[in-house]
Amino acid sequence: MASTILTNLAILVLAAFVGFQVISKVPNTLHTPLMSGTNAIHGIVLLGGLVAIAHADGFLSRLLLVIAIAFGTINVVGGFLVTDRMLSMFKKKPEPVAEDADR
Amino acid sequence: MSATVFFQEADFITAAYIVAFGMFITGLAKLTSPTTAVQGNKIAALGMLVAVVATLLNPDLDGADFALIAIGLIIGTIVGVPSARNVKMTAMPQMVALFNGVGGGAVALIAWAEFRQPFELSDELDVGIPLVFAAIIGSISFWGSNIAFGKLQGLISGSPVKIPAGLFVNIALLAIAIGAGVAILLGSESEGLFVLILVAAAILGNLAVLPIGGADMPVVISTLNAFTGLSAAAAGIALDNYALIVAGMIVGASGTILTDQMAKAMNRSIGSVLLGGFGGEAPAIEGGGTENGGTVRSTSAADVAILLAYARQVVVVPGYGMAVAQAQHAVREMSKALEKKGIEVKYAIHPVAGRMPGHMNVLLAEADVPYDQLKEMDDINPEFGRTDVSLVIGANDVTNPDARLKADSPIYGMPILNVDESKQVIVLKRSMASGFAGIENPLFYGEKTQMLFGDAKSSVAEITSELGAL
Repeated sequence: MASTILTNLAILVLAAFVGFQVISKVPNTLHTPLMSGTNAIHGIVLLGGLVAIAHADGFLSRLLLVIAIAFGTINVVGGFLVTDRMLSMFKKKPEPVAEDADR
Repeated sequence: MSATVFFQEADFITAAYIVAFGMFITGLAKLTSPTTAVQGNKIAALGMLVAVVATLLNPDLDGADFALIAIGLIIGTIVGVPSARNVKMTAMPQMVALFNGVGGGAVALIAWAEFRQPFELSDELDVGIPLVFAAIIGSISFWGSNIAFGKLQGLISGSPVKIPAGLFVNIALLAIAIGAGVAILLGSESEGLFVLILVAAAILGNLAVLPIGGADMPVVISTLNAFTGLSAAAAGIALDNYALIVAGMIVGASGTILTDQMAKAMNRSIGSVLLGGFGGEAPAIEGGGTENGGTVRSTSAADVAILLAYARQVVVVPGYGMAVAQAQHAVREMSKALEKKGIEVKYAIHPVAGRMPGHMNVLLAEADVPYDQLKEMDDINPEFGRTDVSLVIGANDVTNPDARLKADSPIYGMPILNVDESKQVIVLKRSMASGFAGIENPLFYGEKTQMLFGDAKSSVAEITSELGAL
């Protein structure tokens, strides 16, 4: 058992370093989409709900986990959708007005 | 070996998780530039799909009631999709707070359900400790995010609420939650104790966010984001699930970086934000420091239009006031009119402008402002000297030169936009009321400054029509 926890902690530490490296390069301009994007990623707790419901006994446990799965799904689906909406608004040349007038 | 068996191998699932991690990290790496960001988000979303499908194929799930899983997924989708589709960009901070909250809530609920499993947590501390941690942080995050949502949505007063002996109460609540957790880890199987952990953490989450003023929200939301990520990672250790550990920890790291950056941009320690008080003690500072002898010069939209028309470079400095007045589209129209005259327009965005990190950029992007005109503080500050007119729209404290010049000012040391260095400054403002910090802004009394009073949206529209008439 001890080795499992150590493996998990090793993964935890490495993930922290990767996270710090990748995220510190994101410019201020994109901080809101970054936050809602990472928000969607922590919706991964949904998986925890799926795994836990498999061995859950009793009405209360199952109820708690169905709510947890619903919460996680809101987090994932809503988070990625709203991030996509925001990011698609960042455009470089939104000047078709002048071009259209020329045509 | 048949295909179905292969897909149910534990190794296959771990491999699928590894693919998912790669996609998360690639997706986030692509968020560093607006040109690749849309694609990055899609890659991350696809990674999530891979992780979910792999988990559903997990042989451990064989005994699961798939109807229950379907109910959860369907409810989540029905709630999540329309809210994500319909939310206004100005309401983005509260939407993010809400999504963040449900994530934390899910962690707390999973921890509770796991506790109810028939095994001795005291025998397996490597499961028990992260489970208790996940319960505490998840519950704080859920309730804290809900309060942040309420404040941003205007359901709860956005101004700081003083709680008597708040710090003492919060420490006591944390001690109760940890104490109950230790009792469980020492062998108690009382479900009441576990619920006590959740309840104490819930009250703590409420009380911790309640005293924090609206302008400190960027720090709060970032912190709560980090909390949810960390709680997910802890749940991952308890459930021995790599996907949760990696994804949760990356979010924890991201939230921590953002919290740190936001706090730095406000010249405040994270501790002082979380302890509240800034907005609360500010009026006293204002009372003592209003000996500013200067006079305010008021101007008209027509005069501003003339001034702008003869400029070569105009820098727009938007603040939360612009978002409140919904003036971003009017501002974009004005910039278009200026650009037509060959005048260069740039936007100076302070890191904490708005109610969450980067909020102002999203609002301006929605109004079709090209992102290469959105300048970060460090890029635009050297340019103010060559700027003919700076147009401050609904921003205040982030332009206060006292932060640079006056050592006894409460905001001394805070990084600001050096608007006062430009040749002319026009400040659009509703009235002479102070900013959230309640501090006088000498910029308004400066020799180069003129004030255009009124609603930002109609003032800007007026300037635009005057520009057209020139």
